[in-house]
Amino acid sequence: MAEMTLIEAIRTALDEALAQDERVFVTGEDIGRRGGVFRATQGLYEKYGARRVMDSPLTEMGIIGVGIGAALADLRPVCEIQFADFIHPAFNQIVGEAARMYYRSAGGWQVPLVIRVPYGAVPGGGLYHCQSVEALFAHIPGLKIVVPSTPRDARRLLHGAILDPNPVLFLETKYGYRQIRGEVPEQDAPLLPGPARIAREGGDLSLFAWGLMAFYAEIAAERAAQEDGLDVEVVDLRTLHPLDQESVLGSLRKTGKALVVHEDTRTMGFGAEIAALLVDEAFEYLDGPVKRLTAPDVPAAPFNRGMFDYFLPGPDDIFAAIRELAAY
Amino acid sequence: MPDETGPGPSQRLSDDTLLEMYRLMLLSRRLDERAWALHRQGRVQFHVSAMGHEAAQVGAAFAIKRGVDYVVPYYRDLAMAIALGCSALDFMLGLFARRDDPWSAGRQMPCHFSDRGRHIISGSSTVATQVPQAAGLAFAIHYRQRAGLVDPQDATQPRLALTSLGEGSTNQGEWHEGMNWAGVQGLPMVCLVENNRYAISVPQTEQMAIPSVATRAASYGAQGESVDGNDVLAVHAAMHRAAQRAYRGEGPSLVEAHTYRLTPHTSDDDDRSYRSREEVAAAGEVEPLVRYRQTLLERGLLTPSRVDELEARTRAQVDEAQRAAEAAPEPAPEEADSPVLAPLPEGLT
Ligand SMILES: Cc1ncc(C[n+]2csc(CCOP(=O)(O)OP(=O)(O)O)c2C)c(N)n1
Ligand SMILES: [Mg+2]
Repeated sequence: MAEMTLIEAIRTALDEALAQDERVFVTGEDIGRRGGVFRATQGLYEKYGARRVMDSPLTEMGIIGVGIGAALADLRPVCEIQFADFIHPAFNQIVGEAARMYYRSAGGWQVPLVIRVPYGAVPGGGLYHCQSVEALFAHIPGLKIVVPSTPRDARRLLHGAILDPNPVLFLETKYGYRQIRGEVPEQDAPLLPGPARIAREGGDLSLFAWGLMAFYAEIAAERAAQEDGLDVEVVDLRTLHPLDQESVLGSLRKTGKALVVHEDTRTMGFGAEIAALLVDEAFEYLDGPVKRLTAPDVPAAPFNRGMFDYFLPGPDDIFAAIRELAAY
Repeated sequence: MPDETGPGPSQRLSDDTLLEMYRLMLLSRRLDERAWALHRQGRVQFHVSAMGHEAAQVGAAFAIKRGVDYVVPYYRDLAMAIALGCSALDFMLGLFARRDDPWSAGRQMPCHFSDRGRHIISGSSTVATQVPQAAGLAFAIHYRQRAGLVDPQDATQPRLALTSLGEGSTNQGEWHEGMNWAGVQGLPMVCLVENNRYAISVPQTEQMAIPSVATRAASYGAQGESVDGNDVLAVHAAMHRAAQRAYRGEGPSLVEAHTYRLTPHTSDDDDRSYRSREEVAAAGEVEPLVRYRQTLLERGLLTPSRVDELEARTRAQVDEAQRAAEAAPEPAPEEADSPVLAPLPEGLT
């Protein structure tokens, strides 16, 4: 067992994957000599060389398009998009191409591509270094979307994503990179995209979250236990697409109340999908409205710190939302 | 002389103008240095620097009709913004993310310029997005002239669109697509490429297989020219030729100004892992501000005492702007909620 930060766990997984499988290479902007702007690839260029840890030219469309081509030719590319905010130039390659390749070739061509994407609001990031993009891509059949919230999961899910024969968007909460720490076993099996994690068991209310918000949710749930004696079940979804519907429904059937928390903006956010699933499949178990705590519907997080804090849900906001729904 | 026929400024720079260019480069540099100091002290969250790029930016700005022609700059263009008429206080209000920040009211990172009155278009941080937009602005100039929507004598109307970006950013599809559009339609667009040899950590040699971005212009039927970007007068001359072509309806140009970033990429960067200290020091030897000062001293336009006087005046300006910005009110947090959509004009329901 070793304690690691989220980003250390990601770096460890990359290192292990590069060592284990000669077909794996990583590419992206500044990921070589500089070790990535967040240092996720630090030391890997020195260890594996420029062929396998390759700085790309400044083109996201190129990074993903070249990644798709390499994956079609049976390599295992792990592409980094420096910030989720800059994934948009690659939208066509991801959505139009990677996600549709398998279906359009009737299973003839697979795209075993992993796209690592630091996402989410961080103080000082402003509109273009804070975006959450999960809902944009969760809408697209043919893509898997993974969002780890613990170091252990980050490591084993990244291995699982590399093994998966499908394109996987691997979203990393960059605000959590160094804030989130946890135990990581010496030996751990890869975890394929799919199952949710019951981060905290409880019978009073189900809280659904992922990424940074799952981390905050546990803090808020702990406080609700201490201050209000509430027993909140925290479900860390870990994979948004395909969604572990059984875990979501199972938790709701147990508690009767559902709160979804995401840092993405509200309208058409992934919380709406959870709410629809619960209403469709577990209507008779609901003891109250399905509540969503989200960022407000504005284009992106503002730079000013006061406005930023207003934008991003924090543990206090989650605690207040728990309290309100519990009292319903 | 075709130089004198266009509506833009003359190629011959008066003594006053030469000194004004120095004064603006100096102001940008001192604001920039102050921002780094404030960041080190933890008083501001972020800074992105123009240090080393001042000649490229001021030389470019002085070749167009400042405040009239459209400019679509990028985050590194502090000296350009200052040369276009933005004030020290404007910059400081953005740096401190104050409510009265004229560029974004505290929403954007510092140095994300926007000034409707001065025809400076708001930019994102996403590189190269501005290039097709600049082509669109140039298209609109062309269109409005041809449709008779503007009075040809009206000196308040823009006649070209200037956009700028780094050399690394010319690898984005948007750059190529915007350049091609401007080329095929012969639009009055000038693209200034501020080539500082790095895109964050990645050297130009790993970004493209050619030594000069200017050669890319040929693919788009644009004029391409490379110039010493640390020589403000050389940049001005090249940019002047480019602007005049645009004014005369001869299509787009690309001016590549070779320079060097004297600081890390931003206040979040540490450049020691990818640039040797010797390389950075060597660039400091040929940096544009000192060099231009030397030129002006040699020409007798500046004297050592005048240099000191300008330093003192600039420092006072920076001090005052910082003081006023720090004292300025923060936005209320809820102001983050708007404005998202523009209201419908009166009478439109
Ligand atoms: C589309 C996009 N991808 C990535 C980034 C992150 N990023 C910001 S600046 C930069 C390098 C830009 O280099 P260059 O174009 O040479 O301009 P310079 O900063 O050197 O002036 C990168 C990769 C971005 N802003 N936009
Ligand atoms: Mg550069």
